[in-house]
Amino acid sequence: MLFISDPVMFIANWLQSFLLGWGLPKELVVAILSFIGSSMIAVVMLCLVVALIIMERKLGGRFQGRFGPNRVGPYGLLQTIPDMIKIFTKEYITPQGADIIIYNLAPILITSAVLLIWAVVPYTSSVVGADVNVGVLYLIAVGSFGTLAILMAGWSSNNKYALMGAFRTVAQMISYEVPMVLVLLIPVIFTGSMGINDIVKAQTVWFILLSPLSALIFFIAAQAEVARAPFDLLEAESEIVAGFHIEYSGLKFGFFYVAEFLHSFTMSALVATLFLGGWQGPWVEAFPVLGFFYFSIKAFIVYFLVLWVRFSLPRVRIDQMMDFCWKALIPVSLTLVMVTAIVQKLLVGAGAALPIQVAVHLMVNIAITWITVQIMLAKQARKPRRKPVADIRPVAVGSPSTPSTKSV
Amino acid sequence: MDGWIYLGIFFLIVGIFPGAPILIAYFLSPRKPNKLKSQIYECGVETVGETHVKFKAQYYNYALAFLVFDVEVVFLFPWAVAYNQLTFFGVLEGVLFLLILFAALLNVWRKGALEWV
Amino acid sequence: MTPEMIIFILIALVTLGTAILVVTTRNILHAALWLIATLVGVACFYVLLNAPFFAMAQVIIYVGAIAILFIFAIMLVRVITPSGVKVFNEDWLMGLILACVFFGGMIWMLTRWTGFDTIPSVAVSQVDKINPVKLLGIALVSPNGYLIPFEVASVLLVAAMIGAIYIAWGKSLRNK
Repeated sequence: MLFISDPVMFIANWLQSFLLGWGLPKELVVAILSFIGSSMIAVVMLCLVVALIIMERKLGGRFQGRFGPNRVGPYGLLQTIPDMIKIFTKEYITPQGADIIIYNLAPILITSAVLLIWAVVPYTSSVVGADVNVGVLYLIAVGSFGTLAILMAGWSSNNKYALMGAFRTVAQMISYEVPMVLVLLIPVIFTGSMGINDIVKAQTVWFILLSPLSALIFFIAAQAEVARAPFDLLEAESEIVAGFHIEYSGLKFGFFYVAEFLHSFTMSALVATLFLGGWQGPWVEAFPVLGFFYFSIKAFIVYFLVLWVRFSLPRVRIDQMMDFCWKALIPVSLTLVMVTAIVQKLLVGAGAALPIQVAVHLMVNIAITWITVQIMLAKQARKPRRKPVADIRPVAVGSPSTPSTKSV
Repeated sequence: MDGWIYLGIFFLIVGIFPGAPILIAYFLSPRKPNKLKSQIYECGVETVGETHVKFKAQYYNYALAFLVFDVEVVFLFPWAVAYNQLTFFGVLEGVLFLLILFAALLNVWRKGALEWV
Repeated sequence: MTPEMIIFILIALVTLGTAILVVTTRNILHAALWLIATLVGVACFYVLLNAPFFAMAQVIIYVGAIAILFIFAIMLVRVITPSGVKVFNEDWLMGLILACVFFGGMIWMLTRWTGFDTIPSVAVSQVDKINPVKLLGIALVSPNGYLIPFEVASVLLVAAMIGAIYIAWGKSLRNK
């Protein structure tokens, strides 16, 4: 193995043989290497956020016909650094009656939940972190810690808006987790393994070509999972001020932002990994290090799409959001999984070549999408326009009752 | 098992890395608490009533439906992993499993439990 | 002591400690959060037993879904810290005796079981290769495997969901 073709593994192997040469037990060597590797990933990811924030602000400016930050450094590219220093020196203000331990644990947990995803993402064909055989389930499992952190933050802040924001977020996150998990079945069906690196290896044809609809559903659900516009109801600043992190200040607040930006990018990286072939690309067998560049380019292209959506679409209402999930995405993804499973078995049984498989799957996907859109349009035409409810109660309507037992 | 050692250490590391800056900032940042500053308020005025307000039962409904879907889909992952080794009949069994789920969704939908009102 | 044993003891202590806190804490939401810690501890045991699928299923179902459901249910009833409610009820002695009897019985049964201290015939290194999740998947849908339980489980879960939503909504749902 040459340094030029795969530097990370070269160094790791050298370090391993060096430590084993000292006579350390194998488990300890693995533990030391894991420690170095995971620290590096955590540091790189937290530093990446600096770049993500400036990218988001600059692009957001361009999308909306403004300049974005343009004072500090060339083209304002260093703006995040003074911002970071500033937030470091801000006072922590803890609201009265807050549940101190849970209150302080929440920003740490929410950042950890995002960082944990990077433990199983394959960067190149050889640098894969933990290549566990339940990788896809691990992604879902780790995601549930993020949900928990939001509930903890909202509950412990001793603020009604925080609690409402947390509840909305959690309802949204758990709802959109269902279509997300359902379409995750499709890469697993095509691959026959839950290991993320196996899924990438199996993508000689990118899965977005085999199943574009599942990639689209995953993208939408991911957008809702990270609560970015048009699904940013949790921080709907015009309704509930800032949502679950309203009572946080200083760096604790900063970490909620770090988690949000990083989560958004992480989901883009997952789309790139699961549907766009991850590190796959030309000459990747000879030079595994190239895989890292392919992977980052794909991830940043998807992240660009995420930003484009974010800065172009208005926020949806909570009932629209829930309806879209339960009455559109979930039925479609259920149908898609069923049809894909049957079609794939029939195609393999008939011994169809790969281009034919791709063509048939593509047609099936287009057919399902077309039928869904037709049904939704027909339903929309039949539906009477929603009556205004704002004069009764702004957020929700229940049975009329005394104000003290009002539900929100 | 190497993968799991790595994951175990990763769990510890990702707890420390966000935690350490928060702790450092605690020592760097000014600390001048006073009673008025930590007072809770909403939209500029003092807060009214209890914080832990009652919530709509609708949230609970979605959580229930989510729970069932989650459990069932977790069952389906082994089926998807074994997909290439399955007979056509085996694939149809998984599809039947999904169909039952679909029927449940339609039932709940028709009953109006998925309406956000 | 092997490293695996040290890890096992650490996880066991954490799991037991958090489990005790679940039943002794007064704040019901803290109890729910301690319960989550306990469940994560149990998931760690599954990993140590080389059953990663069950570990992940444990976290997804219990932490991701059931714990959230618990917290939602707590929020629906508003009273977080009931004052003047005793943590122990009058029958705690009876409960303690019963728990000890069951625990003793379990230990007695396990020590009599010959498989308890013999090493299984399949070596751990081989388990990694055959991918137990794939075997589980094949067994779940093969007619001489667990086909009927698999489908019945689906129907049962659906019945549970419909029943639960029906109870939660009661009259207002029936009128629609």
